[in-house]
Amino acid sequence: MPHDHTDHLSPSGHPFRPDNDAPLTYWQVMEIAIRELLIVKGITTAADIAAQIDAMDARSPADGAKVVARAWTDPAFKARLLANGSAASREMGFDIGSLRLIVVENTPHIHNVIVCTLCSCYPRNLLGLPPDWYKTRAYRSRVVREPRKVLAEFGLVLPDSIRIRVHDSTADMRYIVLPARPAGTEELSEADLADLVTRDAMIGTGLPKAAA
Amino acid sequence: MADRVRVRAMMPPGHVRTPAYLRGKTGIIERSLGDYPNPEQLAYRQRAEPRALYRVRFSMAEIWGAAAENPDDTLDAEIFAHWLEPLES
Repeated sequence: MPHDHTDHLSPSGHPFRPDNDAPLTYWQVMEIAIRELLIVKGITTAADIAAQIDAMDARSPADGAKVVARAWTDPAFKARLLANGSAASREMGFDIGSLRLIVVENTPHIHNVIVCTLCSCYPRNLLGLPPDWYKTRAYRSRVVREPRKVLAEFGLVLPDSIRIRVHDSTADMRYIVLPARPAGTEELSEADLADLVTRDAMIGTGLPKAAA
Repeated sequence: MADRVRVRAMMPPGHVRTPAYLRGKTGIIERSLGDYPNPEQLAYRQRAEPRALYRVRFSMAEIWGAAAENPDDTLDAEIFAHWLEPLES
């Protein structure tokens, strides 16, 4: 038959994903109730909340990549960035709010990697929302105990001559890694360099892309 | 604060920002971060006193003993002063 479809496969032959019809959880109901109360009481508006969500969605690892590329091309900026990550990011025009940023630098002998074992602290105001794996118990519990094995699973195998520094964001600071500038990029512009800087390179679970 | 510190091995209930895997472990102060409201009070909307916060560096050998992947790798965490016990260096 031309329309020989089954109940569980889409016309393109993929299984249908179940509808998301589960009842709201306790915390979802609580969030909606508080949000509606704040609006009814005139403390905030629906438009303010939508604008804040848009502002968060607009942030992406591209912002952090621009900071890294500037540090690669401007030694004075790099010094300011390592001394005070928040001030240097603001200097580039990024609205990072109250983010207290510490930038940790990879060298030929040191590789840095970031985690938040207690929850999922992440420099959202500079890198946008964290990847789902960053929030998993598996990443959070394993990267402090067997960072080399975890990095290898990301495709990053480091020799023993490179010391790993794991940074656990346990309190008020947030972290990004300043990766090493890839070899053979002397001729690249700052914008082209930023294209080499991946999100994972700034978390420390990867390295920047090689020059094309 | 001394250069060498030990994280207090206490287990109080509540919202605590000192990971259990570091309690009782010895490290060195990597840098001092200034004063921040004590999260153990802040979490319950109590008046949160400013407390000194430090970045403390631990060796993986200190944290995990013989199970460490590479004993010379390190881990830095932010720990509040009231969780740190100064040690003779």
